Amino acid sequence: MSAKRTDPRVMKHSTREAFYGYSFVIIWIIGFGIFTLVPLIQTFLYSLNQVTVSATGIDMVFVKWDNYTRALFTDPTFVQAVIEYIVETIVSVPIIIIFSLIIAMFLNLKFRFKGVFRTIFFLPVVITSGPVIKELTAQGATSIPAIANSAVVSNILEQLPNSLRTPVEYLLTSFVLILWFSGVQILIYLSSLQKIDQSIYEAAAIDGASAWEAFWKITLPSLSTTTLIIAIYTIITLSQFSENTIIKYIYGQTYAVQGGIGYSSAMSFIFFVVLIFLLAIVYLFLNYRAKSQF
Amino acid sequence: MDKIYQDKVKSFFIGNRTSYGLVFNILLYLVLIAIGFVYLYPLLFMFVTSFKSPSDLLNPMVQWIPTELFLGNYIKALRVLDYSVTLPASIIVSIVPSVIQAIVCSLVGYGLARYRFPGKKLLFILLLATYIIPAQNTVIPQMLTYRDLGLLGSVWSLILPAIMGQGFKSAIFILIFYQTFQSLPKVLEEAARLDGASDIKIFLQIALPAAVPAFIISIIFSTVWYWNETFLTVIFLEGGIQTLPMQLSKFVQAYENLYPPGMVNIFDRLNEAVKLSGTFLNILPLLLMYFVLQKWFVESIERSGITGE
Repeated sequence: MSAKRTDPRVMKHSTREAFYGYSFVIIWIIGFGIFTLVPLIQTFLYSLNQVTVSATGIDMVFVKWDNYTRALFTDPTFVQAVIEYIVETIVSVPIIIIFSLIIAMFLNLKFRFKGVFRTIFFLPVVITSGPVIKELTAQGATSIPAIANSAVVSNILEQLPNSLRTPVEYLLTSFVLILWFSGVQILIYLSSLQKIDQSIYEAAAIDGASAWEAFWKITLPSLSTTTLIIAIYTIITLSQFSENTIIKYIYGQTYAVQGGIGYSSAMSFIFFVVLIFLLAIVYLFLNYRAKSQF
Repeated sequence: MDKIYQDKVKSFFIGNRTSYGLVFNILLYLVLIAIGFVYLYPLLFMFVTSFKSPSDLLNPMVQWIPTELFLGNYIKALRVLDYSVTLPASIIVSIVPSVIQAIVCSLVGYGLARYRFPGKKLLFILLLATYIIPAQNTVIPQMLTYRDLGLLGSVWSLILPAIMGQGFKSAIFILIFYQTFQSLPKVLEEAARLDGASDIKIFLQIALPAAVPAFIISIIFSTVWYWNETFLTVIFLEGGIQTLPMQLSKFVQAYENLYPPGMVNIFDRLNEAVKLSGTFLNILPLLLMYFVLQKWFVESIERSGITGE
């Protein structure tokens, strides 16, 4: 070992380890600064200004919180879109979780052609993009027409109070869409189900537990972490989907004469706060459930 | 004797400890086929409609089986989508950043999995933050910078973030590599270290070969995600490279440029069959990729251990 003093090999072990650790992740840290942190701060500064982009550069006039108050108190379209987004998320997330758990439990059984069904249920993940969904929705391919347009359903809908009607209507018209967002979740549940030790079920069966009891007392508690991951994944996926009304509106306002970069940045931050709020609720709710079960 | 026979019949229908029984199996298949149909309904609808001729479209009797195999919609859609240009563009825009992203994420994932250094916890929190922060909160300053650098509309605007580990959904891929490297036994690496191998050598010659599945998973998933991504591509690439989904999102406009509404006869007007054949052409490369690499897609999540323990 005829190394020089600067050679990492003669450093103290922990220093050496940290040196190599940092050299593996340094590119990410720099990237985080350039592509996430700085733009995020920049966007926040934009949101406090009236921004006009000209050929020569960017002109900013400091307006304090004006963009925020405008979005929250004088822009009905934005507030409406936020409320719609929250309702859609609150309706979709539990459905996606329950649905993907049920499908995963089906796929966890032993039967023939399992692979075929697994392929079908995962297919949407591969093809779901904004323009494709938009075209399919426009042609009425994402709702089963026999259900959504039937007289019985529309009669029931008319009986419902307004606050309940929006979610139910959303559910009916985008039913297939909601299911299409379950692909990854089904596989995550499936792999967690396969990791549960079968001997626990056998022990429970010997003690006289029914399959129903085993589900509530063994399966569900074992899946609590997975459920939390799935819930967060689902919320993020839904919030990033480019056909999301808020994203479309924010994007439209960026180039609008009335809006501009400052205004759309403010809306982006409001949306971000809403998103964090939703994530926090889900986290607290599921985490509390997970803890109380053990 | 009678009792045994009864039991046999009963277990044939209701099932016993080793099999589910006929009734349960039939129910299972019924439910799965019903849900499978709901899943495939939009695709079937799209596929069937795209082959309908204009007269089939107007004919209410023609629902699921077109009277003829009409390819006119596809011929128009291919022209409107500018397929021979947008298809290669889409392939480049989705594969190049994906491969680069996978390489960088493997580096970062390895660093997080194998080394102890101060600030690692913070790094994980920031990693999650990059996953949660919506694109629209960071995209405009980036776009303005690219404009100043003259990179707007070029594939570099997607490659640069990928090189720095900030590509589309990079955090997920870093976590996949992190899990993969953590689950590898350390023994080999320690043995190599005792033999005097450098850290880089250990990473390249021992860790990387064992992470091939993670590479395949990362590359195919991020290819799909880059392909389907339109928010970022519209902002970064508009005016330059046109991807298939971008062209699809302005299908109507592009169609009317090629076939001006006032100039063509009624059968050449834009109808849903043409639009849906455009949509089908848009997802066709992904469908082919899915059926070829199917095993990797569906088994990948189990392999990658993304479920997190």
